[in-house]
Amino acid sequence: MTEVSSTRSVKARCGSFLVGTERGVQREGFQVAGRSSTAGSMSAAASPQGKFTLLRDTGTDGSFLVHHFLSFYLRAGCKVCFVALLQSFSHYNIVAQKLGVSLTAARERGQLVFLEGLKSCLDLLFGEEEPSGEPSPLQFISGSTSNLKALFDFVRTSLTPADSASWKGPVLLVDDLSVLLSLGAAPVAVLDFIHYCRVVVCSQLQGNIVVLVHGSEDAEDEENDLVGNSLGHHSDLILWVEGLATGFCKDVHGEIKIIKRLSLESTEQDLVQVYQYKIQERNVTFFARGLSAAVL
Amino acid sequence: AEGVVCGHDLFVASAMEPPDNILKVKTHRRGKDILIDHNYLEIASPTTSTKFGHYYDISKTMSPELLQSIKWHSFYLPEELSLEPKLKMCNMNCGYANLLHSIQRVIYQEGFDGSHPQKKQKNILRIGIQSLGSLLWGDDICSSDTPEDIHSLTKFLYVLRGLLRKSLSACIITVPSHLIQNKAIMERVTNLSDMVVGLESFIGSERETNPLYKDYHGLLHVHQIPRLNSLICDVSDTKDLAFRLKRKQFTIERDFNV
Repeated sequence: MTEVSSTRSVKARCGSFLVGTERGVQREGFQVAGRSSTAGSMSAAASPQGKFTLLRDTGTDGSFLVHHFLSFYLRAGCKVCFVALLQSFSHYNIVAQKLGVSLTAARERGQLVFLEGLKSCLDLLFGEEEPSGEPSPLQFISGSTSNLKALFDFVRTSLTPADSASWKGPVLLVDDLSVLLSLGAAPVAVLDFIHYCRVVVCSQLQGNIVVLVHGSEDAEDEENDLVGNSLGHHSDLILWVEGLATGFCKDVHGEIKIIKRLSLESTEQDLVQVYQYKIQERNVTFFARGLSAAVL
Repeated sequence: AEGVVCGHDLFVASAMEPPDNILKVKTHRRGKDILIDHNYLEIASPTTSTKFGHYYDISKTMSPELLQSIKWHSFYLPEELSLEPKLKMCNMNCGYANLLHSIQRVIYQEGFDGSHPQKKQKNILRIGIQSLGSLLWGDDICSSDTPEDIHSLTKFLYVLRGLLRKSLSACIITVPSHLIQNKAIMERVTNLSDMVVGLESFIGSERETNPLYKDYHGLLHVHQIPRLNSLICDVSDTKDLAFRLKRKQFTIERDFNV
């Protein structure tokens, strides 16, 4: 489940929960509790293009959403550029395999372009000179420049279709944007980077962008909030996960708020829906508040 | 101490006191039962094994013979700075830059990152860094609300994370968080770490006289646990832990009274 259609209403039956979407519900990866999902798989071709999705997490780890989008878009046949700043390639690969996708295979067949931030940073600081003469995507860390142009160039080159390309729609995925601030990028540089990516990926190439901005419970990081809120104003869809206010619970790991922008121009109210979720070994279950299996 | 007993290499870094002192003040192995951690043995040598960890008597120091049985590297900032006072790395604080270079050099030369694969049996490098972020490392985040360079520490941690991820090593760092005024920095530090644990002492606080806490010396807060290679997040069923420091034992217990 990546989006909840605004036209289908939520039906509660005997305590179980069914959410209808235009495309059916994925069998593995994410499912909705109660009703066993139909075998229909999501078609990325049917989903809207040129969209910007913002993932936010506060006081909990929202990276399960990143893993979901990664496997979802790869399975749908999209060309994906993944800017992975916080974890190593093998971490994402191991989780992706649990969700039914091999990142190694995707990379080998040219479907996935993976920027491993940690490795790239080490190459920049301890490695030899770049033989091809091209600047490292994370050039800004060295302090030689304050903008993220090199990173943008990397994204643009990765997703601009080559002659023999046959992938459906390009996708840019970033985990997580807050790391750029920790590495010395100014909030305005980060917002500029995203803006340029939007122009190329969403407008020109009709692709999608999904970006995670991590936040903490106390929200003392003003720069981070600035980036998160700013991006929120321009997002088509916001998925916001939070830990439970009442503290830890074994069967409910947190709450997700889904904010769908019906229109960026008009003053129409955004559609807001809230679900709770539980993360398991190979999937995530979503359910209405108070309807977790533990409670029923 | 675990590193010494398990035969791992050590890297001890400090700006405050010479690393030799830190190693001496470590613990003395007690008892006849030797409980070997099977995870480490899988890498070091195949053996059957039982439980996890060892027991230590913290009133004694470790015998020099035991220390000599392993290879350890030290980094004492005042000495290192006198050798390389001008070392620069991406506008980072000089002390941190020196430390990163040193760690990277040990990892590479000793083959913890897979270089020189034929050289010797695989081993683990345990790194300990004392009081990172304090004034002694040349960082002013502990002494000022608006530090001159708020990115040095987080840049350091990011590069360190990269080094750890690509090598057979683990690192424990202590940070005087009670001195760091800027909460945003602590949030970023937490985000860049795998496991975050806080020790809160009762000394000097109102809890010292609280009868509920009379058996304990402080609280142990688990702020974050590692979420590697898995979709599942933090699922520990209790976060209320207290610790007690006696002559021979450091105990951590679930705080049932609270």
